[in-house]
Amino acid sequence: MQHVIAVQVENKPGVLARISSMFARRGFNIHSLAVGPTADPSLSRMTVVIDGPEMEQIIKQLYKLVHTVKVTELSPNEAIEREIMLVRIAADPKKRGEMLDAASIFEARAVDVGANTLTFEVSGDPKRLADFLELMRPYGIVDLAKSGRIALPRAAKSKRAEPPQLRTA
Amino acid sequence: MSPRLSGAHALIKALEHEGVEVVFGVPGGAILPAYDPMLDSPIRHVLARHEQGAGHMASGYAHATGRVGVTVATSGPGATNLITPLADAYMDSIPVVAITGQVATSAIGNDAFQEAHTWGISMPCTKHNYLITDASEIPDVVREAFHLAATGRPGPVLIDIPKDILNAEMEWHSAGEMNLPGYKPSVKGHPKQVKAAIELIMESERPILYAGGGIIRAEAADELRTFAELGNLPTVTTLMGRGAIPDSHELSLGMPGMHGNYTAITSMQKADLLVTVGARFDDRVTGDPSAFAPLAKVIHVDVDPAEIGKVRNPEVPIVGDAKAVLGQLITAMRKRLGDNPAPARQPWMDTLRGWQESHPLHFDQDPEGPILQQFVISELHRLTEGDAIVVAGVGQHQMWVSQFWGFERPKTWINSGGLGTMGYAVPAAVGAKAGMPDELVVAIDGDGCFQMTSQELITASIEGIPVKIFVMNNHSLGMVKQWQRLFYDNRFSAIDLTEHTPDFPKLAEAMGCVGLRADHPGEVASVIEKALAVNDKPVVVEFRCDPDAMVFPMVPAGGSNDNVVLGPEDL
Ligand SMILES: Cc1ncc(C[n+]2csc(CCOP(=O)(O)OP(=O)(O)O)c2C)c(N)n1
Repeated sequence: MQHVIAVQVENKPGVLARISSMFARRGFNIHSLAVGPTADPSLSRMTVVIDGPEMEQIIKQLYKLVHTVKVTELSPNEAIEREIMLVRIAADPKKRGEMLDAASIFEARAVDVGANTLTFEVSGDPKRLADFLELMRPYGIVDLAKSGRIALPRAAKSKRAEPPQLRTA
Repeated sequence: MSPRLSGAHALIKALEHEGVEVVFGVPGGAILPAYDPMLDSPIRHVLARHEQGAGHMASGYAHATGRVGVTVATSGPGATNLITPLADAYMDSIPVVAITGQVATSAIGNDAFQEAHTWGISMPCTKHNYLITDASEIPDVVREAFHLAATGRPGPVLIDIPKDILNAEMEWHSAGEMNLPGYKPSVKGHPKQVKAAIELIMESERPILYAGGGIIRAEAADELRTFAELGNLPTVTTLMGRGAIPDSHELSLGMPGMHGNYTAITSMQKADLLVTVGARFDDRVTGDPSAFAPLAKVIHVDVDPAEIGKVRNPEVPIVGDAKAVLGQLITAMRKRLGDNPAPARQPWMDTLRGWQESHPLHFDQDPEGPILQQFVISELHRLTEGDAIVVAGVGQHQMWVSQFWGFERPKTWINSGGLGTMGYAVPAAVGAKAGMPDELVVAIDGDGCFQMTSQELITASIEGIPVKIFVMNNHSLGMVKQWQRLFYDNRFSAIDLTEHTPDFPKLAEAMGCVGLRADHPGEVASVIEKALAVNDKPVVVEFRCDPDAMVFPMVPAGGSNDNVVLGPEDL
């Protein structure tokens, strides 16, 4: 089962290495990880998608890192999740029309046109990206890059308080 | 105006501000600048013969004194030699600050001479670590490092300092306010949970207080004893928790786990409640965790929230410092009891007594020999009246010390529990004695362990640190031999350390120590007395021990604690 965890960390050199090293050492499986600045320049946000049955130990281990300020598990219903994908697809000139039609349904933009390929940019929730890929698979996927998921809790509905038992030691 | 100092000078000054009295280290190129201002500092530098030794000395010092131990090494090999002691201190939650030199900032990443990625290598075996990038950071980083090492769940912290930064000038300022937004260790337990714990204890018919090394680290032994007495709670002490309650106390059941005594192990199996304080359900305690303490509800007090629920889900989790939470538990228990005594739980007490009588730890020393290690340990205990700080290596001898030494006080038992680091004893004893010069410090070591770090006895004799090392020479890697005997059909592979090489007393003499030997049981007491009479030099005593002896009781690795093997006849 996949879980999405938002981790606010101090924006310090090496903080990504600390987090990934901890995941490796504890045998936790990262599905994707996206890092970027936040509105507060002293903090960065990591959105980590993790495969595993149970998040409690992972959250506690994250809190043990001195630079971790806050960890929130985002349940799918309470979070906005987005991902961006660039996908290059084999495009026989005869098939380009139908491919572009299909792409428009997904609001995918053609961002590069080659002799034998089309490259699309698609963004949205992970399901939309997966569906688009399924649709394009028969044409032949040549290359693919994904940003990794980013997420924020939904505004009013997010009332998840920080569990007090999970703080640092 | 504040003086302009070199980064190196600022480092030494910052250490002085932390109250550091001694550091254990080995100099070298990248850390050289720090060794110059050390000459003018009141801080004592103990020159180890290997950085592993220096690191374990810092840990032995921290164990014995309760203060932060400090170790210093140069870049590259100096720093990599520190990794074992850091990993060791991390596992046992020992407060240590390691300071390593690094190649100059401009050379980092270029495979410069003696460059190693110390920050990266040490990351998974430290509580936190730093690479300093500006000399002006030094006072604040040192302050933070000591704070992190000593508070919450203690542990090692490393500070890596490039040589150019040690040489750079900075304007001296003492450390400012710490800015650690993500570090807020809990001290007090949640009052509701404390109350819930008291209710479980009051309802329990067969409680066991399960006390670990956290009690020692939190200086909570007095509170533990008070609480045990108040609640009438029989208490087991783990390998790291020995001394948390006096072994002579009527509520003390001794050590549980793989080589624990029958009563301690079985009491947990039959308990209906484990009151766990500063212990972490280590696999050496639980055996097969799915078969561990199957009838028990669990109260788990720990300063580290990640330990709670890691192995066993407790009914009542309490995050907090052991001393603070035990204080809360004592107050709550007093209130709950009012004028009444704690439940007597006579049937449980009788059962425990019965096990203690039917399954005591015992040994049978044949006066004709060979010498049994348990006999040496008992004689040493008798002749010192148990008034010593005891250090051990890793192996059979370690288990026998933990079984047969009656511990009466906290911080008198120093061993490598979590990592199981052979070679720990000699340097840890040196560090302990450096910190507690007025205490008798004895190490009981295996001949295998001794040969890993014995050169630190040179450090001890040159520096005037008179430790006493008792080498249990069974001329084999005894614990490995025991496993090969039991689980590999007596096929002994690579465990023979040979009978006469090295000559331990001669080796000791060569290192500036007094060297003694006992070949027969009849010589044991007199040679111990001789060793105890030496006060101006380190002493090494070799006891030529039975090479075939095995440690029992034993729960084979991964087995259920219901199946305690009491002796070879049980296998
Ligand atoms: C650094 C290290 N290497 C290997 C081991 C595995 N090991 C555990 S106990 C042991 C034998 C120790 O022999 P000795 O010091 O003679 O003690 P004894 O068991 O005979 O009392 C070994 C090799 C270890 N614990 N640590």
